[in-house]
Amino acid sequence: MAEEEIVGCGKPTGSVVGEPETATKKRTQEESKEVQMVAVKVGAKAPDFEAPAYHKGKFTSVKLSDYLGKWVLLCFYPGDFTFV
Amino acid sequence: MEVIAVSVDSMFVHKVWDEEELAKMVDGGIPFPMASDGAGNIGKVYGVYDEAGGVDVRGRFIIDPDGVVQAMEVLTPPVGRKVDEAIRQIKAFQYVRETKGAEAMPSGWEPGKPTLKVGPDLVGKVWKVWKP
Repeated sequence: MAEEEIVGCGKPTGSVVGEPETATKKRTQEESKEVQMVAVKVGAKAPDFEAPAYHKGKFTSVKLSDYLGKWVLLCFYPGDFTFV
Repeated sequence: MEVIAVSVDSMFVHKVWDEEELAKMVDGGIPFPMASDGAGNIGKVYGVYDEAGGVDVRGRFIIDPDGVVQAMEVLTPPVGRKVDEAIRQIKAFQYVRETKGAEAMPSGWEPGKPTLKVGPDLVGKVWKVWKP
């Protein structure tokens, strides 16, 4: 798993790995670049991504490709403090 | 099996939500990483980003050890998921993988229940080994 991240005052966001600029750009600034649409399909590779994360008291980052060799349950949800 | 949760909230909000609310429901707080997709970049490629609301809707993806998507489920926000169903599907896909695809899981399969040995002998004979 990734090392603990040093956080600044920005609001970092995740990005798709392999997308020009967005993936290489420092994540300390808001990203405005439009990402190319990739349709996720069953039976096809899951698009790789890297994103800042909170994990057990620490700020860190997650990269999907670091999980190769393991089963992953990837869950999106509408928002913290929403009710469901 | 590893879990990754993703929403458009910042990791700062994730921290406070975990500490203030989730830790009161789950002993010790959330054990898996809660990732931030503030710009919706990840949600867009997974087809779960709702532009109008600016959120990632309830999308769930089962990804195998080769990085291949084996299952997906997407719900609009007001209805929650059933974790047992996700676990059942993961177990089924793990079993299929162990048998290298020689066995398939019929509708409603649960661990311990009969599987289907696919091949010429089973054609037209599923009724003999499996009842809904």
